[in-house]
Amino acid sequence: MTDIAQQASGQIIAKAPARRDIGIRRRYAAERRFRLYGVAAITFGLVFLFLLLWSVLSKGYTAFQQTELTLPITFSQEIIDPNNKRETDPQVLQTANYPVLVRNALAEKLGVASSNRAALRQVSGLFSDSARVELRDMVMSDPSIIGKTLPVTVLASANIDSAFKGQFDMTVDEASRKVSDQQVAWMDQLAKEGVLAKGFNTGLFVNGNSSRPEAAGLGVALIGSLYLMGIVLVLSLPIGVAASIYLEEFAPKNRLTDLIEVNINNLAAVPSIVYGLLGLAVFINFAGLPRSAPLVGGLVLTLMTLPTIIIATRAALRAVPPSIRAAALGLGASKMQTTFHHVLPLAMPGILTGTIIGLAHALGETAPLLLIGMVAFVANVPATPLDPSTALPVQIYMWANEAERAFVERTSGAIIVLLAFLVIMNLGAILLRRRFERRW
Amino acid sequence: MTEAATEELLDKKMNAVPLKMVGKDVSVYYGDKRALYDVNLNVRENTVTALIGPSGCGKSTFLRTLNRMNDTIDGCRVTGTITLDGDDIYDSSIDVVELRARVGMVFQKPNPFPKSIYENVAYGPRIHGLAKSKADLDQVVEQSLQKAGLWNEVKDRLHEGGTGLSGGQQQRLCIARAVAVSPEVILMDEPCSALDPIATARVEELIHELRTNFTIVIVTHSMQQAARVSQRTAMFHLGNLVEENDTDKMFTNPDDQRTQDYIMGRFG
Repeated sequence: MTDIAQQASGQIIAKAPARRDIGIRRRYAAERRFRLYGVAAITFGLVFLFLLLWSVLSKGYTAFQQTELTLPITFSQEIIDPNNKRETDPQVLQTANYPVLVRNALAEKLGVASSNRAALRQVSGLFSDSARVELRDMVMSDPSIIGKTLPVTVLASANIDSAFKGQFDMTVDEASRKVSDQQVAWMDQLAKEGVLAKGFNTGLFVNGNSSRPEAAGLGVALIGSLYLMGIVLVLSLPIGVAASIYLEEFAPKNRLTDLIEVNINNLAAVPSIVYGLLGLAVFINFAGLPRSAPLVGGLVLTLMTLPTIIIATRAALRAVPPSIRAAALGLGASKMQTTFHHVLPLAMPGILTGTIIGLAHALGETAPLLLIGMVAFVANVPATPLDPSTALPVQIYMWANEAERAFVERTSGAIIVLLAFLVIMNLGAILLRRRFERRW
Repeated sequence: MTEAATEELLDKKMNAVPLKMVGKDVSVYYGDKRALYDVNLNVRENTVTALIGPSGCGKSTFLRTLNRMNDTIDGCRVTGTITLDGDDIYDSSIDVVELRARVGMVFQKPNPFPKSIYENVAYGPRIHGLAKSKADLDQVVEQSLQKAGLWNEVKDRLHEGGTGLSGGQQQRLCIARAVAVSPEVILMDEPCSALDPIATARVEELIHELRTNFTIVIVTHSMQQAARVSQRTAMFHLGNLVEENDTDKMFTNPDDQRTQDYIMGRFG
């Protein structure tokens, strides 16, 4: 208790002097408590962000490396074209048994007798069946290599890849393991000889989807997402900005524009899968556009992104001080000159930020793409936005459904790629805002 | 002849000065609310006309009807006629863009564009096509800044931001910007209310100089300012024009009791 309080209680006066200290302690305590809540909330968020990143990065970073076998392979005519009919029958080179070439080369390296069929089968388990396509392409493009011996790099099989990266528990009984003790021994031997080594996984960024995890890549998904983003940007930025400028600067304020505003805000909250259904009904069933095509996906995502861009743009336009408009109008600038010379440049950072955030949102969107068939298994890179394709988040969704151990790291690897794109886009938004920000 | 004597002579001749703008039965409505009641007010050529009155009396509203800035406010309606050199400015044949080029405006708060000083002044001439070449434009910018008494202060930093100037300089920049399109009338809406006394004195001096080339209508809350800069004064109260008179008479011997009371500080 303070002196004033004692004085007040000791004196007989009509009204005690105001006690300004009442509750001050409690007020400060409340403030401290509130700050603590804030710190706790942020910590909570950061912990989960860290957990997410840790989980994804620790599982996924290995996807950027791929175990490969580099060894001299003899393109022997007896195996590729035993009857020497390749001049007359092009089917011969198509259908030749190329994996045997790799198997034989490996068997020779490991000293496995060609009569030991069981051992040979195990040798075949060391390398990926994608070698068939790789060698076939080599021979088809240059048939003169038949009969020669060339050093070739083929992918190790998914199981060897996982084992080599130490992702298998070797203490488990051999029968319930994906790799045998013999294969592990060979693997170690090959690694020691420098035949088997880890290299940067370019296939992850180039290849299309594959049921063999070691050969599966994000190539199609990356191109598909690129098409999607391009279409969304080209359509939603001009439409969104034009709509916002008209609504904010030119349209009369009446019931109709109020209704439009309410509806735009509502559209921003509509679940994305509904846009997918809309796209299915309108673009595919009614307009007859092809299924699984990035064009349709882009249109659907444009519809989904438009409200976001319109809301952000209108907010940015509204943030431009009215005095700037008055100054321009007072000088005799027309409404359009005022808008395009003064208001729009000042609103630009906000518009760009909104657009990039909208695009980032669209980049990570999966649900509407599932409905318009972009969830297809696509192995070939789409040449145009009308060809079947997938997108990054859909590819993640598809890989997450696969059973092999090797797909786990690919799924996480794909998530890392997607997150990297999102981070780059958001960084871009921040940089643009900094770059164009002007004070008044 | 001394300057003071010249001024006296000018004031005496006031009634002979031609009318630049004539407002006849001007009423303004904001939606259902009426802000001005049948105002009849004349603006004389090359004269500073001050509009005074308590807050919310309609003086700014009247000022803004003179270059149709009220058009930008939703639900604002103007009745009556306002003429500029005899032409009704609310006539459908009048282009509002052209009107505003002839009747410029300076606002209460300095509002330079967030661009360079040069660009601020050059913007008006550029959109109205007043300068044919870069050299022409340079000349217009220099002359305008000189008329606004800002040239010597900014000539070395024309391409620096206009928002980096001090408040008083910014307001003079806004005046230069208005002057650059060669208007016939300049409307000023409390141009000194955001300025310190020194900057205010500078702007008042400037208004005095501008009077030779332009017709000026100024809204002000400061009685002293009205007395210092204007030759004619109009007093508004509750949307009505109370009195319009020569400034000298207005401040010494007004016709209306309300004017007397307001000037003496009894209300407002």
